[in-house]
Order: sequence, then structure tokens, then C-alpha cells
Amino acid sequence: MDDSNDIKLSRRDFLIVGATSAVAVTLPSTAAAAETPTTGSPVVSKVTLQVNGNVRELSLDTRTTLLDALREHLHLTGSKKGCDHGQCGACTVIVDGRRVLSCLTLAVMQERRAITTIEGLGTPGKLHPMQASFVKHDGYQCGYCTPGQICSAVAVLGEIKAGIPSLVSADLTAPPQATPAEIRERMSGNICRCGAYSNIVDAITDVPWRNA
Amino acid sequence: MRSFTYERAGSPAEAVAAAARTPGAKFIAGGTNLLDLMKNEIETPMHLIDVNGLALDKIEATPEGGLRIGALVRNTDLAADPRVRRDYGVLSRALLAGASGQLRNAATTGGNLLQRTRCPYFYDTNQPCNKRAPGSGCGAIGGFSRGHAVIGVSDACIATHPSDMAVAMRALDATVETMRADGSTRTIPIAQFHRLPGDTPQVETVLAAGELITAVTLPKPVGGTHIYRKVRDRASYAFALVSVAAIVQRDGTGRVALGGVAHKPWRVEAAETQMPRGAKAVTAQLLMGARTTPENAFKVPLAERTLAAVLAEAKGDA
Repeated sequence: MDDSNDIKLSRRDFLIVGATSAVAVTLPSTAAAAETPTTGSPVVSKVTLQVNGNVRELSLDTRTTLLDALREHLHLTGSKKGCDHGQCGACTVIVDGRRVLSCLTLAVMQERRAITTIEGLGTPGKLHPMQASFVKHDGYQCGYCTPGQICSAVAVLGEIKAGIPSLVSADLTAPPQATPAEIRERMSGNICRCGAYSNIVDAITDVPWRNA
Repeated sequence: MRSFTYERAGSPAEAVAAAARTPGAKFIAGGTNLLDLMKNEIETPMHLIDVNGLALDKIEATPEGGLRIGALVRNTDLAADPRVRRDYGVLSRALLAGASGQLRNAATTGGNLLQRTRCPYFYDTNQPCNKRAPGSGCGAIGGFSRGHAVIGVSDACIATHPSDMAVAMRALDATVETMRADGSTRTIPIAQFHRLPGDTPQVETVLAAGELITAVTLPKPVGGTHIYRKVRDRASYAFALVSVAAIVQRDGTGRVALGGVAHKPWRVEAAETQMPRGAKAVTAQLLMGARTTPENAFKVPLAERTLAAVLAEAKGDA
């Protein structure tokens, strides 16, 4: 029992310390904002986003990333925030036909661009062939990275079809093929913490890329 | 992230004029490095000038037989250009060795040259860093320094330049075209573009405030076998410990530049006279005066061995 009390006590202490440090963290930035008022106040800008074929006009803080605009303002929560620093690929969306990291671009920079998220690729009743292939091959475990994996994979097949080489393309001047080695290299920007990589590669190589 | 005002520029002249009249302004193109640093409040611009509409996204043949690459050409497009793949393979390979597909789709030629170091002490705002906070000291010297520079270092900074693209461009003798705040233009050889850290590691290039990169020009092709070999902790999507950009001719002469070892792409033209004698002779001169830490001393023999592998591969190809 003594041991159990100790644990409870230390856990409560931990929570108190946690709360204190949260306050300590917020204080300096408030102080800094007060010292430089010109940098402290939010700047709002209008932007017209074209997402999955729908045109939406938004008034956003200029700091809003495309990812936050999609998730918090358009409530398209399929695109995931993993690291928010361009290291994990969970936020991958397709802009004007190319895969990009929505956490590393600003919403205001996307004026007039065509954005496709996982919600725009397919629907539960009519899956995109890549979505169906991920289901067939069990290309996930927890599923958090999956929307980014699928958006990335769809664009990867497009890149191979367009003849864009990769690091593992033996001959730079020959058209690349959708081999497992090519898929692995091209998908290296999408991290799967569950380690479903082998099934993800199976899922992608099973989609006929020449028609992608 | 600190708040900022935002505008889109329609031409290079408009962009530099906007930068000249707005204190604390920065240009943004791909944004893949700048936004990351802004989230950490390492970069705190008060105004962003979006240069994506500047129409600098073409790769054109020059009258001299080379290529002029617009500053906004994305890394993917530069790597995939048929002329680059055929005549400047080392550049294609270097680009494809960098970052991930998503990042290469966004990152630009100009922005790649200007990307900041990935030194963990630069990124951690609780640590001293002369580059981020001049005069605060260097956490890497005497700290965790496995990935740091071994040549051209100073007592103020041992950070490396993270670019692969720039290493290939150094081997290719590229030149950087810019427009200054007053609208005048100039051309800077890439050898002079990046600075060594010295006492002012926060000053990384010779660009003046508000100066905009408009293009990178490659001289006419020099032929030879083009190889870019990058050694890193995982097979893909990681920064270099050491990288070698090499152009090797049939007679064994050629050019070599190193990445991951210095504050800038590292090339010593005089060392290239040793190329027919092999990697040991080249590296001895290329890295003469190296100043290592116990953690990164391995980079000197690693550079020599990587170059040896590259030269062997070139011989096999010739």
C-alpha cells in the first residue's frame, strides 16, 4: 500500500509540475510579443482554396499551413499531422498533380491551385484503386500514416509514368519501372511507425501503374 | 510561429523592391526549410514575399552551350530534365539523393542553395549557437559533433552545409545570377557564393540584404563519367555524413567536390591534379588542415574511401 501511495503522490506531483512548466512555457512568448507589438498581432488574409473540386473562400491567419487549413477550417481530417516538420509524410496531399507536404506550405500560397486530399481520391463506396489495394494487402496497422502513404503512392506511380528518375534508377536516361526497389526509394518520405512497409510495397506494386 | 504580413510579387524587380522597403522581409518559394525554421522561431520574418509567381521556372540553353536554370525550377524538374540527365548526370544524381519526393516537388533551385544547416544545436533554441544567436557560443564544439564539419571550421562554428545539389553544382563550376535591391544584377561563381563560418557564422552567403537569386547557370558539358555517392545513416531520406560529387574522364583526370564535411561544398582544384594517382593522394590535399573532433574524425578516412569507391566505379564505366 505504501508503494501505491508513493506512486499516486509522485504522479500528482508530476501533474502539478507539468502544469507549472506549461505556464512557464507560455510566459516568455507572451512577453516577447508585448515587447514587439508589430510582430504580435495576427494578420488575416483571404485565400481561395480549390479542394477536391470544391472552391472554398477562407479568411486565415497568414501563419496557417495548408494542413491546418484542411483539418481545422475545412474539417478534412484525413490528412494527418504527424511531426509537423516535414519528416514523416503523414500530411502528404496532391497539389496540381504533385505530392507535397501540406505541413510545410502556407495556405495563402495555394491560391488557385488544385488540391486533392485522401477524401478526394475515393469514397467508401467507390475506392480509388490504390485505396482498394492497401485494403487488399493490409498495408497498414494503426492507419495513422495511411492517408499520406496513399496520396504519396498515387503520385509515385504518376512520377514513374512521367519518366522521372530516382536515386536507384540504374540508367538515368532510361524510363524507370515500378519495381519494388523503385517503390521503396520513392516512398522513403512516408514513415510508418507500425512498420507495415512490406505490405505497403506489395499494395503499390499491385496497382497497374501504366494507367495511373 | 511569429505572425507576419504576406504579399505576392509578380516580377523579380517587384520582389526586390518589396524587400527593400519592408524591414524584416524574407522571400519564400518552396518554403520547405523556411517554414520549418519559422515554426521553431529560429527564423522570424515580419513579412513574407511569395516569389512563386516570378516565372523563373524554365531551364534554357545558353549561347555558350550550357544551361540556365531558373531559380524557381523545382528539384524534381531539374533532376528529371533530359539535358541534365544526359550531360550533367552528377547534378541529377545529387538532387535525387536529397530529401524525399514530396520535398523535391516543392524545393527550388534558389532555395536549395540557401538552406540552413541541420546542426542540432542550431535547431534547439535552448542551446548556445553562434549561427542562430551570435555570441552565444557553440554547443557542437565539445558536444555531439558526429555530423559536423572537419575542414574550414572556426572556433565559432563547425556546422555543415546540408545541400547535395550545391555540391554537384560546385563540381560543375556553376554561377549564381542575382538581382539586388536596386534592380541591378550580378553573377557569382558558386565557389564564392557560400562563406566559411569564421567569426560570423550567421552570414552564410555573399548575398546582400534583399538580394534575390534569379538563376543558376551551368557551363557547357565537360563529358566524363558523372557520379554522386552519398554516405549516410540510412539508405534514403537522410543528410550526408560524407558525399562525393565526381566527374572522371577516361584518362583518369577530373573533378571532385565533397559534401557533409564543411560549411560549404568543398572543392580544392589543386587537389584534382592528383586524381590519376588515386583517392589517397587526392584526399590528402583536399582535406589538408582538417580539424576534427573525436566524434567526427571518421569523416576523413570515410571521404578517402568513398572517393576510392567512386574512382573504381568510374574506371569500370569508362
